Amino acid sequence: MIGLARHWREIPQRYRYEAARCDKCSAVYFPPRLVCSKCRGREFTKTVLPQTGKVETFTVIRVAPTGFTDEAPYAVAVVKLDDSIRVMAQVVDCEVEKLAIGDRVRLEFRKVQQDGEAGAICYGYKFVPEA
Amino acid sequence: MEVGIVGYGAYVPRHRIKVEEIAQVWGADAPTYKKGLRLEEKSVPSPDQDVITMSVEASRRALRRAGVDPFELGAIYIGSESHPYAVKPSGTVVAEAIGATPNLHCADLEFACKAGSEGMFIALSLVKAGEMKLALGIGADTSQGAPGDALEYSASAGAAAFIMGRERLVAACEHTFSFTTDTPDFWRREYQHYPRHGGRFTGEPAYFKHTLSCARELMKRAGLEPGDFKFAVFHQPNGKFPLTASEELGFTREQVQQGLLSPSIGNTYSGASPLGLTAILDVAKPGDRILMVSYGSGSGSDGFVWRVTERIEEVRSLAPQTWAQIKDRPVYVNYGTYAKFRGKILKAS
Amino acid sequence: MREVAVIGVGMNKWGELWEKSHRTIWTEAALKAIDEAKVDRVDAMVVGCMSGGLFVGQEHLGALLAEQLGMGPIPGTRVESACASGGLAFRQAYLAVASGMHDIVLATGVEKMTDVDGGAATFALSTAADQEYEGFHGVTFPGLYAMMARVHMQRYGTTREQLAQVAVKNHAHGSLNPNAQFPMKVTAQQVMSSAMVADPMRLLDCSPVTDGAAAAVLVPLEWARKRSSGPFIRVAASAHATDTIALHDREDMAFLGSTAKAAEQAYKQAHIGPSDLSFCEAHDCFTISEVMVIEALGIAERGQGGKLTASGYTALDGKIPVNPSGGLKSKGHPVGATGVAQVFEVVEQLRGACGARQVKNARWALTQNMGGTGASTVIHLFERV
Ligand SMILES: [Zn+2]
Repeated sequence: MIGLARHWREIPQRYRYEAARCDKCSAVYFPPRLVCSKCRGREFTKTVLPQTGKVETFTVIRVAPTGFTDEAPYAVAVVKLDDSIRVMAQVVDCEVEKLAIGDRVRLEFRKVQQDGEAGAICYGYKFVPEA
Repeated sequence: MEVGIVGYGAYVPRHRIKVEEIAQVWGADAPTYKKGLRLEEKSVPSPDQDVITMSVEASRRALRRAGVDPFELGAIYIGSESHPYAVKPSGTVVAEAIGATPNLHCADLEFACKAGSEGMFIALSLVKAGEMKLALGIGADTSQGAPGDALEYSASAGAAAFIMGRERLVAACEHTFSFTTDTPDFWRREYQHYPRHGGRFTGEPAYFKHTLSCARELMKRAGLEPGDFKFAVFHQPNGKFPLTASEELGFTREQVQQGLLSPSIGNTYSGASPLGLTAILDVAKPGDRILMVSYGSGSGSDGFVWRVTERIEEVRSLAPQTWAQIKDRPVYVNYGTYAKFRGKILKAS
Repeated sequence: MREVAVIGVGMNKWGELWEKSHRTIWTEAALKAIDEAKVDRVDAMVVGCMSGGLFVGQEHLGALLAEQLGMGPIPGTRVESACASGGLAFRQAYLAVASGMHDIVLATGVEKMTDVDGGAATFALSTAADQEYEGFHGVTFPGLYAMMARVHMQRYGTTREQLAQVAVKNHAHGSLNPNAQFPMKVTAQQVMSSAMVADPMRLLDCSPVTDGAAAAVLVPLEWARKRSSGPFIRVAASAHATDTIALHDREDMAFLGSTAKAAEQAYKQAHIGPSDLSFCEAHDCFTISEVMVIEALGIAERGQGGKLTASGYTALDGKIPVNPSGGLKSKGHPVGATGVAQVFEVVEQLRGACGARQVKNARWALTQNMGGTGASTVIHLFERV
């Protein structure tokens, strides 16, 4: 289970999709980092990721790790956000058997993990099929 | 100075369960619920959805229609009887997720099914008082009925969010009125998973007395008659109560049909009349007047008279419309899946 | 730099070793290598272990294991690079000898994975991915490789059947290896109808959860020459490269950049190319992994790894046998031990000691050990001299 502070400090990314754009070469980093791995630039400007994109690849997790066993089977995909970078997240509200590369999806706010019935809830993003 | 709704947003989960599916598990008579209470199916939140997630989505949609900077929101109020935490606010997560922190006031409200309209009322009042430029009021619930209880056929999930302000209104608030007494028709004690209720006591002395009294006094004070309204929306614990109430008040079926969601999605509790209002705003024309009366057990009703403005035409297509969401690819679940989703099955830990 | 030779290797039969602890498994393998090398001391020890912490709740393995071996107070170093921890331990030992810092160095790898349940093991392995932006979302390693497989299949037309052939081949090889955890042969049909783990990866596409250890003794080649007449197993190259930890940050999700980079360096160091290889031990943690590894190593053209495997090119009697040991698939995959066990196989093969699974006239061999979804690769080349 994720520690409280560890999840809390990722809130700008998990709740608001805040990323960093390299001032020198425009490479986008999610989450933000201190050095651009393309040009080693160290100056960045905050940017917000687009919230729609296309499935580049996906899988359906049937044997899940601790904390996710109740949810299996669930789909996880790498999605190329429109005119932006790729991110990974679950795809929900879909028939996992019918998911396909190229499907249009959008981000939605969901519970991602929770520390049992009594512990803290970690919110974040998942993909859903675009209407 | 006019105050009212600057932007509104609705969120309804995709999963549904039919009345027949629940009835066959408990050996109950489905037609009793379908014809008697006018319930067909209800929305079911998936395990990764709760009041907070639905409130965030509804609020983001309200922001899109409002076209305002979330940082300018002076307050966020979420009314719900199913906040995910007993202690720890839902509103802070929503505030953070929509980018409204940290310069704002935030509170979670609870008043059975009236908590949503309560949030709207407080948000509106603070704007009216000049305390802040914009305030967000949300009604959201993932309500639960005990397995086999009559409430299990209706208790559902949904959220509606309203940004109140003074400029660029989509609907101005002309009047408000609230009616409150102590009437123990429905409750949930601390640490209890499911609510209890007074059966038929929830009807006449509770829902009807408060809803009708609030509506009548509101119209009287405003000097308005049912014929002055294009639409009316009442709290809808099922499909039957709001129709009975509207008939008694002298409203026609045409006036209430657009905002009557419960036959299709069940009782979204704090979201019920607020979601009905979003469905009405989706189709209302400038100048249309809307009567909204909520009801919360315990008991009380909040009444609003809204008058739709020109700007409605510009904003309604900026976010998913309510009936379109309800009809958008519903995913039907069986009782087993529903029971798993809603934590009604005890698993080995 | 000095030339380095491997003069002793050790491992035991791998599997679910219920009666043996982490330290016992390790010590048995280490003693075998030391006994085989006929040395009365080691100057330093390196142990590769991915997650003593999550699998058995034990860290500080350098000190613990050096003492278990009765070799304290020698420097004991634990290295970690996920599933490439063993390969990295061997590389660190190689560097210690080659640099002249130490003369006799013991390279080891160990993992005890069966003391936790399946969910915890799956979680422990998933820590090799980006915990905050991959693991947070519930993805597993079978899931990550499944996503790589789907890209490979879509882009290159790699078939389900071709992937299954990796398992068929490696289990056939493993059936000849007495140390293998799952020495049974499997058919493509069995692979393709085994339980789905993460679409399209099925149970028999995945390497197992294994307890095991392996060890090797490294010394200067000149030093070895003075002790006996050979032949000797010379470490001809040592290379290590990295790539993005998150799969979604990869330039190309269907290509193992770190393996290609390390291979390029290794071939350059040894002045050979892929066609010179007599065989190789590759990191087949999943069937798709081997397909992508042989492409990155230059054994197969890009996108043709599945086809080449199905053609028999990489079978024991093929042009370049891949994983004559049975690979991770059949031999087992105690993650930290795998990289050193690859060296065990190479040394045994180059000595001509592999019996039924012996690669004919073996001279050049390559080991490729990989961490995460390919974020780390360690490659070594060996030559019989
Ligand atoms: Zn840059």
